[in-house]
Parts: sequence; structure tokens; C-alpha cells
Amino acid sequence: MNYNWNWRIFWQLSPDGQGTYFHSLIVGLGWTLATALAAWVMALVLGSVLGVLRTTPSKWAVRLGNAYVELFRNIPLLVQMFLWYFVLPELLPRGLGTWIKQMPPPWGAYIPAVLCLGFFTAARVAEQVKAGIQSLPRGQGMAGTALGLTLPQTYRYVLLPMAFRIVLPPLTSEFMNVIKNSSVALTIGLVELTAAARSMQEFSFQVFEAFTAATTIYILVNVIVVFGMRVLERRVAVPGFIGPQVQIPAGH
Amino acid sequence: MLGQFDFNVIERSFGYLFKEGMTFTLTLTALAVTGGVIFGTLLAMMRLSSFKVLAAIAGAYVNLMRSVPLVLVIFWFYFLVPYIGAWIVRSPQPIQVGAFYSSVITFTLFEAAYYCEIMRAGIQSVSRGQMSAGFALGLNYWQTMGKIVLPQAFRNMLPILLTQSIILFQDTSLVYVLSITDFLGAASKVAQRDGRLVEMYIFAALVYFVICFAGSLLVKQLQRKIAIVR
Repeated sequence: MNYNWNWRIFWQLSPDGQGTYFHSLIVGLGWTLATALAAWVMALVLGSVLGVLRTTPSKWAVRLGNAYVELFRNIPLLVQMFLWYFVLPELLPRGLGTWIKQMPPPWGAYIPAVLCLGFFTAARVAEQVKAGIQSLPRGQGMAGTALGLTLPQTYRYVLLPMAFRIVLPPLTSEFMNVIKNSSVALTIGLVELTAAARSMQEFSFQVFEAFTAATTIYILVNVIVVFGMRVLERRVAVPGFIGPQVQIPAGH
Repeated sequence: MLGQFDFNVIERSFGYLFKEGMTFTLTLTALAVTGGVIFGTLLAMMRLSSFKVLAAIAGAYVNLMRSVPLVLVIFWFYFLVPYIGAWIVRSPQPIQVGAFYSSVITFTLFEAAYYCEIMRAGIQSVSRGQMSAGFALGLNYWQTMGKIVLPQAFRNMLPILLTQSIILFQDTSLVYVLSITDFLGAASKVAQRDGRLVEMYIFAALVYFVICFAGSLLVKQLQRKIAIVR
């Protein structure tokens, strides 16, 4: 193997004129986190609402929730990304569409990326929240009703506090999935971490240094998230309660 | 609104989309699922092995693959495979592998990490006593695994394995980043050539949806059918 290793490449100036290659990787990480966090907030809110809808007694709410989940789970993320980026502005009224298309560089890709990841992940969060609620004994909901609580009150005070604690571990892996999936946004021109590594590789020809750096950063982020969530899990744990295990579904 | 769209473009490019694009996507999926399940099962056996070193190596591999985005892994292997190939055949130059084999290797190795976790759960779902019973009958490790534990593990995990394969089928669209003509790549090439982004991407989404939705319905049916009453 004859490959010229040059680890000092990170301290050389990158052709984008902003600073060193290392600096552009860090900026990329910033965009990865900004995209993932915004999408995560969206996914958590929307996913929780959908997950709750799918466990209510109302037939139509269940159908709506199911339809949403099936729609967003069965289309590849990359295709959804293209739909948000290329197709949506064309389907909107002309003025609005043009306004979206003319958004200045990072935002023009950032906003569709966040929307896409948010709606995509919401479907997965909805699955987890539903599984969490259904893993609780049926008696809990009935007990709530017996105590004279309304349905929203039963959810708010009885079911959801426990359900969210149970689904915390699967939600952690969903959060990491958002971080990883944000790399798909490079296809619509968002310069996040993977794209930054890719452009570093294209300019400097130091393929393996660039990808090693990106891989290391992803692993570090991963470790931090896992550690943080473990602390959170311990913090919110109800003493003496060992929740039913929610089965880990297929994912990526 | 939809009046100005030209859905004729789909009819014109139908052969290209399905004969070239979909064939590539399906072949890649089939090879990667086969390779991934085999390698993933071996990894799962390693992770559960009593040799600590083997377990640690498999664990490190799985955790590494699971913490890195697929797009980055695709790039990694695209550049790495020629060097590894050169190392294996002792050639001084990086060898040409081609986009197809590069992506088969990528998806096999990447998805193996996910299949490994599923198979690990599957092997653990078979009670320990069965393993001991196998040994007591005088079977060796491979016989016990192959004849007693793995068939049950596969049966228990079949729905999840298939769901993961549907996800793999969706994931293969990411070879787009290497400008390969898979189904989405073909759709995107036609879309850009004819300036028909809206029609082509909606059509691509529809095709993926129909295939994956039908697949997930089949999995659900299968799940009901093979569920073991305990």
C-alpha cells in the first residue's frame, strides 16, 4: 500500500478561506448538531402527539396516526429529502415557492433538512411512544378512569410519565439516529460534518485523514449522548420501578 | 396546479428506471441481505462467545458501525476497498473494484452490525438449557448452534430481520452519493436531464412506498402466522 499519510493536513488552510481544515470540520459539526437538535425537538413533540393519538380509544385518531407512520416510514429518507428540497417549492403558490428557492445559502438547505428529518423521525418516535404506553399494564388507564380523571388527565398524570421513562433508552438511539441521518442533508448541499470531510478530501486528497477525523468526531458525539442520557435516566428513574423492556425494533 | 406537470416523462423513461435502476437496487439489496445476515450471525456468535477477545472485537466492530452515518461509511469503503484489495492481492497499485462491488461490500459490512444485534437477541431468546442439552447429547458447538439454537433464533427474529431488510432496501438509495444508477439515481438523472424534478421524485417516492408498504404488510401477516404461542 502506498498512501502518503499527512496528519498535519488539519492545520493547513482550506481553500474556502475561512481557516484551517480542522476549523471547517468543526463548523461542519456545528451544522450537524444544529440540524439534529432542531429536528429532534420537532420529532419529539410531533412524535409524542402521534404516539398518544395511536393509543386513544378514537378510531379516527388511531387511523390518522397509523397513516402518518406508514407514510413516513416507507419512503427512503433521501427521497423525502428531495421531496422537501426540490418538490415542495414547486407545489406551493408561486410567490412562496420563489421565496423559498431564493433563501440565502445555508438556510436554503438547512430548513428543508430540518423539516425532513423532523417529520421522518417523528414517525419513529411515535412508534416508540406508542410501544411505551402499550407496555404499561392496562389497569393503569382503567384506574385513572375509575378515579374520575378525564382522558387527557389520565395521559398527563398516569400514563405518559411512566411511558416516557420506559422509552428513554430507545429514544436515546433515535436521537443518535437523527444525528447520523443529518448526514443525508449533504445531498441537498448542507455542509455538515460528513460533507465537510468530503470536501476536505476533494481539496486535499488526504482521503483517510479526513474520514478518520469525521468518524472520530461522530464517535465522540455518540459517547457524549449515551453518557448524558444515562445520567438523565438515573435522574428521572422512579425508585424501585423496573420498567418492562420495550423490544428494540429494526432501525438504522 | 398539477396541470403544468408532464407525467409522460415517467412513461418515456420507464424501461431505464426499472431495467437499469430497479435491477441494480434489487440485486444490491439481495446480495447485501444475504451477506449481512450471514456475517451478522457470525458476529452475534462472536459477541456471545466465552472467548473475551472475540467478544470484544465483535463488540467494537458493531459499536463502531452503529455510531457512524451510512453516508460516511459509503465514502470510507469507496476509497478504502481498492487499497484493501491491493493489499490482499499484493498489488502495488490500488485495484479497480467498481461502484457495484464497492457498494455490495459496504452494505454487507454495515448492515451486518445491525443484523448482529438482531441475531444476538434471537440467540438469547433461546433458553440456555437447550445449548446445554445439545452439549450433553455430545454435539459440538457448531452442531448445537446450527441444528438447535440458530433455527429457533431465526424463527423468532424473522419478522425483525425482514423489517431490517426493508430498511436496507430503502438505504440502498444512498448510493446516490457515489452517482450510481440505482432506482433513485436513474430517476434523478432523468429528472435533471428533462427538468422534471417534481414528477420524477414524486414517482420515485410512490414506487418506494408501494414496495416497502407491501413488504411491511407481508411481514405483519407472517408475524401473526409464525408467532409461537408460549
